[in-house]
Amino acid sequence: MKNLIDVKNLRVSYHTYAGEVQSVRGVTFSVQEGETLAIVGESGCGKSVTAKTIMGLIATPPGEIKEGSEVVLDGKDILKQTEKEWEAYRGATCSMIFQDALTSLNPTMNVEKQIMENIRNHYPVSKEEARKETLHMLELVGIPDPQACMKKYPHQLSGGMRQRVMIAIALAGKPKVLIADEPTTALDVTIQAQIIDLMKELQKKLGTTIILITHDLGVVANIADHIVVMYSGKIMEKGDVRQIFYGHKHPYTWALLKAAPNLELSNKQPLISIEGTPPDLIDPPKGCPFAARCKYCMNICTTEAPEEYEFEPGHTAACWLYHPESGYADIDFSREGE
Amino acid sequence: MKKYIVKRVIGLIPLLLVVSIFSFLILQAAPGSPIDNYMQPGMTEDRIEALKEEYGLNGSIAEQYWYWLKHVLQGDMGTSISKNRPVTELIAERLPATVSLMGASLLISIVCSIPLGLIAGLHKDRPMDKVISTITYFGISIPPFWIAMISVIIFAIKLRCFPTGGMHSLDVESTADTLWHMVLPACVLSLNHTAVYTKYIRSNTISQLEEDYVVTAVSKGTNKNIILFCHVLKNCLLPIITLIGMNIAGLVCGSFIIENIFSWPGIGRLCMEAVGGRDYPVIMGYTMFSCLILIVGNLVADVLYAVADPRIREGMGRK
Repeated sequence: MKNLIDVKNLRVSYHTYAGEVQSVRGVTFSVQEGETLAIVGESGCGKSVTAKTIMGLIATPPGEIKEGSEVVLDGKDILKQTEKEWEAYRGATCSMIFQDALTSLNPTMNVEKQIMENIRNHYPVSKEEARKETLHMLELVGIPDPQACMKKYPHQLSGGMRQRVMIAIALAGKPKVLIADEPTTALDVTIQAQIIDLMKELQKKLGTTIILITHDLGVVANIADHIVVMYSGKIMEKGDVRQIFYGHKHPYTWALLKAAPNLELSNKQPLISIEGTPPDLIDPPKGCPFAARCKYCMNICTTEAPEEYEFEPGHTAACWLYHPESGYADIDFSREGE
Repeated sequence: MKKYIVKRVIGLIPLLLVVSIFSFLILQAAPGSPIDNYMQPGMTEDRIEALKEEYGLNGSIAEQYWYWLKHVLQGDMGTSISKNRPVTELIAERLPATVSLMGASLLISIVCSIPLGLIAGLHKDRPMDKVISTITYFGISIPPFWIAMISVIIFAIKLRCFPTGGMHSLDVESTADTLWHMVLPACVLSLNHTAVYTKYIRSNTISQLEEDYVVTAVSKGTNKNIILFCHVLKNCLLPIITLIGMNIAGLVCGSFIIENIFSWPGIGRLCMEAVGGRDYPVIMGYTMFSCLILIVGNLVADVLYAVADPRIREGMGRK
């Protein structure tokens, strides 16, 4: 399969009164056509900023996409697009859905108009055709009685229905890529599963490539093909689902997976958490950003940024443990901590 | 919705009654009496009593009020004591002048404040916004009667580009002439409201532009200007509808002063004359009438809000 998106050395900063916040600090990954890539990490690790950059939603100022960053989609560096090209790109090549569907929909515009807007922004169709397409989209996302839904306003729909409408809006422009920024965080668990299933089903039908931003590992396991694990603006580890869940190499991935609650926890047993807090991105540490919280921290970790080591094709981790001289190179995290 | 309107209209009745009682009492508390105009030195007590009798001014306040109310309910607002003509006729005659002045000033306020507010909001904290905001501060803090007199001095007396007052030039009877006379009073009357609306629209624009739905619209590839006019503008203007409804009171009061300064022959001026002559029926007529305008204005604003905002519409249906 060929790569649809290549993100190369992406660096994004925000200029604030306190100083320059380096949200994304040199991120490189690629997304294959038709797959689902999940970007996981805790709040403030730069995963949303990465997604927004691909969508061209970084406001400059206060944001700044650093010189040397590249996002190549279909052979074209999208970061060099003019405002006009961005307008044509957003919605038709790349769409985005957000965490809170209620605030992300215009409260005083009905569903029909909000979906039709995307269609008519990109395709020279008549109002009638656009309306037909809108109805089709609502059917596609599994809205019961789509005809009635067309005339409804966001506040008249339930949370799950609103997120379905959001997906219909995003897909109405027939984009190649759908970026989903924590699409299930604001929903309750049963609805979460429905929305994830819907996204899987739509991907199968339409062949859309999905970039999923989330901190919910359960969701990731369910839908993702490849996973990028981010921490304080850097990629810690990336690989396919099997490699990340069963053969993870980075202590952060290990800690993250261990922190996910599971049903085997006995009553009153405290949930596992990662001690400490992420580093300050105004003055990020010189070495590995996870060093201060890492169980396996060595001297070099605090002074020098780790190199990336490849274990299998596509599976890499940025950690000094795998340096031949560390003495840990054959560490097996799947047995650690038992 | 219909139910809601009917409910509101029924609710008007006790309100109007209370207002009428209060204004009747306040009028009686003021010194002087309508028949003072007719008094002459050397009149006998009997003659004065007869005059009072003639105008229905003897008897207790309650009796007088009841007498007035009975006639009002039959559609008779009474007869002006000094002008000797029916109050309804006097008000009807002066009404078009006031309504056109209020309408013109409201129109000026809306037409000016929408672009000003939007521009200020879009250029938040930049020079353009600073300039507009400074002007609005002046607009809010300058008293209308002062700016009215200053504008008469500058535009009417010094520059001679507008008339000092009145509604028509001598022997001229044309719309253009009336509009020309209306420019100064309408602008002065609108100044304050324009400033307030501009400030509201500015802050609404700023907060609406930060809403998530704007990001959604951007990610649909919608043009910036279309987002502003099709998405943001409507949500910005919704609260302004309520504001306009409330400001109708201000317009009624404002026109009272402005009409007098510009000798505009409207009901405000009619009432000013009536107050001077203690012309009870006219004052009562004016009070009831402006109260009615105010309440109906508020009602219309509420209904318009419901028409414009689907969230409110639904709430009203449920009541």
